Amino acid sequence: MLLAIDTSAGTSVAVVDRDAGILSELIEADTRRHAEVIGTMIRGALDQAGIAVTDLSGVAIGMGPGPFTGLRVGIAAARAFALGIGRPVVPVVSHDAVAFGATDPILVVTDARRREVYWSAYSGTDPQGLPIRASGPGLTGPDQLATTVSDFATYRRVDAEVVSAASIGLVAELLYLHKRPFASSEALYLRSPDVTMSAGPKRVS
Amino acid sequence: MAVRESQEPLVLGIETSCDETGIGIVRGTQLLANVISSSMEEHARYGGVVPEVAARAHLEALTPALTAALAKAQVSLADLDAVAVTSGPGLSGALMVGVGAAKALSIAIDRPLYAVNHLVGHVGADVLRDDGTQIEFPTIALLVSGGHTSLLLVRDLVSDVELLGETIDDAAGEAFDKVARLLGLPYPGGPQIDRIAAAGNPNAIRFPRGLTQPKDLERHRYDFSFSGLKTAVARWVEQTRDAGREVPLADVAASFREAVADVLLTKAIAACLDLEVPRLLLGGGVVANARVRELAAERTAAAGIELRVPPLDLCTDNGAMIAALGAQLIMAGRSPSGLDFGADSTLPVTVIQVTV
Ligand SMILES: [Zn+2]
Repeated sequence: MLLAIDTSAGTSVAVVDRDAGILSELIEADTRRHAEVIGTMIRGALDQAGIAVTDLSGVAIGMGPGPFTGLRVGIAAARAFALGIGRPVVPVVSHDAVAFGATDPILVVTDARRREVYWSAYSGTDPQGLPIRASGPGLTGPDQLATTVSDFATYRRVDAEVVSAASIGLVAELLYLHKRPFASSEALYLRSPDVTMSAGPKRVS
Repeated sequence: MAVRESQEPLVLGIETSCDETGIGIVRGTQLLANVISSSMEEHARYGGVVPEVAARAHLEALTPALTAALAKAQVSLADLDAVAVTSGPGLSGALMVGVGAAKALSIAIDRPLYAVNHLVGHVGADVLRDDGTQIEFPTIALLVSGGHTSLLLVRDLVSDVELLGETIDDAAGEAFDKVARLLGLPYPGGPQIDRIAAAGNPNAIRFPRGLTQPKDLERHRYDFSFSGLKTAVARWVEQTRDAGREVPLADVAASFREAVADVLLTKAIAACLDLEVPRLLLGGGVVANARVRELAAERTAAAGIELRVPPLDLCTDNGAMIAALGAQLIMAGRSPSGLDFGADSTLPVTVIQVTV
């Protein structure tokens, strides 16, 4: 049984189980209130599932891609929660959760702010039920998708407003069950920090 | 959630308001662990704290620092009575890392959570001193770092803190960084200026003391301004170079440092005298500056004011001071903060504990 969290778009928290499926899921679409809502949503997802934290075997977390500030809230919460219960963190690429269950080729697109989008292309689902990521995740301008993504025309485009934590959790359960590698434990920012190197002190007189 | 009955609560504090990831553990007023992971080196090439760089570093440093602090304190998470976290003020993206982690941790270990004010935390650090002396209230507190320059009247640590004044432009630590750059010295500027100023004459150049003229004092009696000073130093250096003379770095550094220390202490002592509070507490990273400490000792002694300076690793941003303030709130019988608070980059100092 896993607690699952994603804050790569809005905020979503769920409790899932490999056998029993989705035990609870909460979704908040607001993309500016991650830090405010994360605690209440974790509490709510646990209460709705009617489980104790000791029932959990790990914490699944969407690693992005996603805008920095919000994305970090979920990852920080997942890591601290996992430490608190003495269980591992299971990192998942957030777009994989959007593609989870789709059998046709799809292009997952999420908002990256600053007039850019994050994208990942999926060719379908493998025999274990896991999405097959053909390319991505990447970052590009909304008008450049057609040129950035190879075989763009063959994909059905899916724009996701929120990423379901339940799907993050189910993907994590399948990765674990089939002994497949988890995602990297690095946050998928896909952008360098906003830094303009200074050219040195300017004259004042 | 009820706080476990405890005379001396075991509290873990999380601090991520600027560029230090701080995890501290205290038992009442006893310091058990103070682990600080700084991203200062990553900011060095930019000449100042870059918020996004700081926030990314917090995310990576957080769980290793938590683990290290528990090991240092020789306690387990199950032993804790409560978790405390900085809710603000500070860099919002950086604060949110700590807030998210603290909420999740408190739920995972089923312990109450206290969201506290970073600036009041600096004052709270003093209760952790192990020299047998105890902080008395009311006290004036002068908090000076790269992120803040604030003068407070603290009547009671958990219930009554008033902001007397603060910087209206740059923080004092920021001014040190900017002047250091101007003189070709690396970041962070404070220690560098301190180092070369030791060989200089503090009275060689009379740099301006911001907001000390009578007309400024009417509106800004306890406020600070360092942006004019920084510009004055820049202009002086330019004019010297334009005239083909070599810049006497030690004298510039010493004179600049003197101007900062002078204005900080002049206003702090004025607050003590005006308000008849015979105590001054220093906090914040600029306390590391030798001249600031020295001048504070001189001026307070001359005015009959008691000076308190916590050990340096409790003056810079740290989690122990947050844990200490959390423990004070618990011992005063305060209820936890709940889970709905956020990160507040401009949290006023009057809000000692955030409750929503
Ligand atoms: Zn500070």
